[in-house]
Amino acid sequence: MSRSNRTLSQRLDKWRQQQTPISLFWFLFKYATLLVGAAAVLVPPYAVVVSSFKTLEEYQASGAMTAPDNWLHFDNYVTVFQQGNLGLAFLNTGLILAATLVIVAIMGTMVAYVVSRFEFRGRSLILFAYIIAMVVPYVTTQVATFEIIRGLGLINNKLSVILLYSGVDVVTIYIYLQFVRNIPIELDEAAIMEGAGYFTIYRKLIFPLLWPATATVIILNSIMVYNDFYLPFLYLTDESQRTVSTVLYGFTNLFGTNYAEISAGIVMIIIPSLILFFVMQRQIFSGITHGSVKG
Amino acid sequence: MTALNHSAPAPVNAERRTLSDLAQRRIIIVCFLVLPVGLLTVFSFYPAARLVYLSFMDWDGFSPVMDFVGFANYVEILYWDPELLAPLLNSFYYFFGSLIQLGLALWFAIILNQKLPGGDLFKVLLFLPFVLNQVASAFVFRVFFQVDGGLDSFLSLIGLDALSQPWLMDKDVVPWSLVGASVWRYLGFNLVVFYGALQSIPSDLYEAATIDGANEWQKFRFITLPAIKLMIMLQALLALVGSLEVFEIPLLITGGANGTKTFVMATVEQAFQFQSYGIASAMAVLLLIMVFAFLLVQRTVSQEKAL
Repeated sequence: MSRSNRTLSQRLDKWRQQQTPISLFWFLFKYATLLVGAAAVLVPPYAVVVSSFKTLEEYQASGAMTAPDNWLHFDNYVTVFQQGNLGLAFLNTGLILAATLVIVAIMGTMVAYVVSRFEFRGRSLILFAYIIAMVVPYVTTQVATFEIIRGLGLINNKLSVILLYSGVDVVTIYIYLQFVRNIPIELDEAAIMEGAGYFTIYRKLIFPLLWPATATVIILNSIMVYNDFYLPFLYLTDESQRTVSTVLYGFTNLFGTNYAEISAGIVMIIIPSLILFFVMQRQIFSGITHGSVKG
Repeated sequence: MTALNHSAPAPVNAERRTLSDLAQRRIIIVCFLVLPVGLLTVFSFYPAARLVYLSFMDWDGFSPVMDFVGFANYVEILYWDPELLAPLLNSFYYFFGSLIQLGLALWFAIILNQKLPGGDLFKVLLFLPFVLNQVASAFVFRVFFQVDGGLDSFLSLIGLDALSQPWLMDKDVVPWSLVGASVWRYLGFNLVVFYGALQSIPSDLYEAATIDGANEWQKFRFITLPAIKLMIMLQALLALVGSLEVFEIPLLITGGANGTKTFVMATVEQAFQFQSYGIASAMAVLLLIMVFAFLLVQRTVSQEKAL
């Protein structure tokens, strides 16, 4: 107790010594910009949250930033959830997400294992291919991809977007490669001494040891898949195949300009992202930092 | 890309490299790569090659016959029908916006790196929009920009009624509204990238500079800036490429109305609405060429810096 008090008072003294009017000004200025930035982030969604609890009449009559009469007015949420078929949308997105994550984790670790542990012809070509694939603008290539998906008979089949999500993801490969290099090669050698084959090494050694990387990969891909709009919009057009993105997009037809109800839809679709984000922010930040240290 | 040029570990236990070991290696390499590389080929490289092929054809996307037309599609885009290229001009708004976004992100990253009390909370808040669903975050602004909607109400709350605009209706205002929505969504990403780069600068550099009497500007100018210059340039280049590829924000907020259509929107519209797959493919190829040209510039620049 006394110790922490001492350091605190020491720190305060030090702080006071350092304070000149100019540095105090900078200190306040920095906070002011942060507060303005935080307000700019929060004000638009606040208007949506407020609207989602209003009746249509209330929405039209009251200011868009004024609090609703009743914060427990959940009618919009119930209406949107039922008429908008949100339950099915969450289920569809969940299925796509689960399949994509499994494929991405398995394929990503396989590529990272082979590329980092073996010397073979075309090895650097594979990495180069992933980088090129990343910079090809994926929206415009759908002009040609559409033909392939149609040829495979995968229109209105979830496999279409699952394959497209798991096929080309350089960030995943990067994250795994950075981690797999930190697994000492001596572990592989020891396993070989004990008679393990390469597949056993991958399955029993590499894959489990890459779990921290897999956690990051899962989170980043979850955000990517959950948030994507264009691929389901193009390939999953049937009512029964709608994802959260396309179902929300359809709300402008379904609920017209009833922005109170549309707001409730927006909030419901944002909530899962918020939960994931607040629970997993550390992995998200480290994943982005790792995935972006390239060039 | 230098990060990838690592040397492979030494071959595992050379004595054991029997023929069966070699065979085992081949099997595992082939088995582990066939699926990933297959997917990459089928869904990334084949479509890209197919785009080039289709760009020389006249095709409606359905009929079994397509006519070879040579460079006619390119001539049409670049010469006869300037309407097709016009949406490219909208990229300037987004590029300008992303430069402001990079500046702000750098500013916030620098002050958050100074360990202000409560800094982590601000980092989380500023990053938040980036993790939200694309449609949801675009629709937030669809609601926010309504006449007498959130933005107008907010302005009147802080006494700036005079600034109220038809945010999505006025042709001169709407590009900036959309750029604002884009900055809102993507600023946090740049912030986290810059923050990560700043964290890798050893803090004793700053301590030494403080002892030498350097002020904050000098520390920024002579320590921070040189250390993250490459990262800034890379982000600026990605911003340039990104502004060519803007798609979701205008599509979801205005649907391309009031002159907000972008080049990518025009491309997919040619294919999926007008069934002009030849024109659409040629536009996609032109976009690809532009993107690769910029990336080539980036590679050259970053290699010069590395020397």
